[in-house]
Amino acid sequence: MNWIYDPWPWYISGPLITLIMVTLLMIGKRFGMSSNLRTLCTICGADKAADFFKFDWKAQRWNLIVVIGVIIGGFIANNFLSNDTSVDLNPKVITDLQAKGFESAGTAYMPDMLFSNGALTDPKALTLLIIGGLLVGFGARYAGGCTSGHAISGLSDLQIPSLIAVIGFFIGGLVMIHFIFPLIF
Amino acid sequence: MRSIIYLVIGIFFGIVLFKSEAASWFRIYEMFKFGSFHMYGIIGSAVTLGIILVQLIKKYNIKSVYGEPVVIPPKARSIKRYLFGGILFGLGWALAGACPGPMFVLLGAGYLPIFIVIVSAIFGTFLYGALKDKLPH
Repeated sequence: MNWIYDPWPWYISGPLITLIMVTLLMIGKRFGMSSNLRTLCTICGADKAADFFKFDWKAQRWNLIVVIGVIIGGFIANNFLSNDTSVDLNPKVITDLQAKGFESAGTAYMPDMLFSNGALTDPKALTLLIIGGLLVGFGARYAGGCTSGHAISGLSDLQIPSLIAVIGFFIGGLVMIHFIFPLIF
Repeated sequence: MRSIIYLVIGIFFGIVLFKSEAASWFRIYEMFKFGSFHMYGIIGSAVTLGIILVQLIKKYNIKSVYGEPVVIPPKARSIKRYLFGGILFGLGWALAGACPGPMFVLLGAGYLPIFIVIVSAIFGTFLYGALKDKLPH
């Protein structure tokens, strides 16, 4: 059972994600995490500001329960199902990240520069986290879905809009890493 | 009862995202640097198996456990909204290193700064809702 405590390989993890998507389909639901961000807006009163948020959020209650599960899952996996959470990256990527100041590359799960508690008082880290979050939330809703709804669920159903969205995800990601990162790190 | 099923699905999904390292900022960076097959393997195997199972569900008209037809509503035809929205999402995905599922995984795993990302993502969603009619779709 020791394999549980090691990082799980792609050929186990990928099919398990499919299993989750198909299980949701079989109980009459659809896989989509970013919809929850819209639901949370409505709960916070955004329906008073824009029609986009006027919908019966209680019909999405099931998805919020999934989110609560995801939070608990992250807690369990990190605290009880892992011995060492450092990510075994490509050595070239480690060298490249360390040259950019990401000293924890290769020895941690997340970069200290952005995700240690010290980042909460670092203006640069805070600014980047806020911009990143804004883009993810805005972009996911504009595109009508995120990695779960488009890349997994939509592509599995061979939907062209999802393919366009996923191509967009990769254009954006490549531009950020190859052209914008050299300017900010 | 159904709530417990949703909770268990969520817990399982959270564990898979954490243990697969798909929730690691480093893995997303490495993916966009084409430094490893890992993330491509996860997405590729998930989609390949997903295509097979969804086609089987359609071909044999398999019903959900509650006896209803399984429907994945087709997304409205457009190029602009998927491309522009997708690019903005991709920029944020690479910067924050987390998409809307992993964000909540990382919150549970105790990486407190992810809370800033989650609140910003909710606000980003609100901005889209407020500006929706002014954007090309």
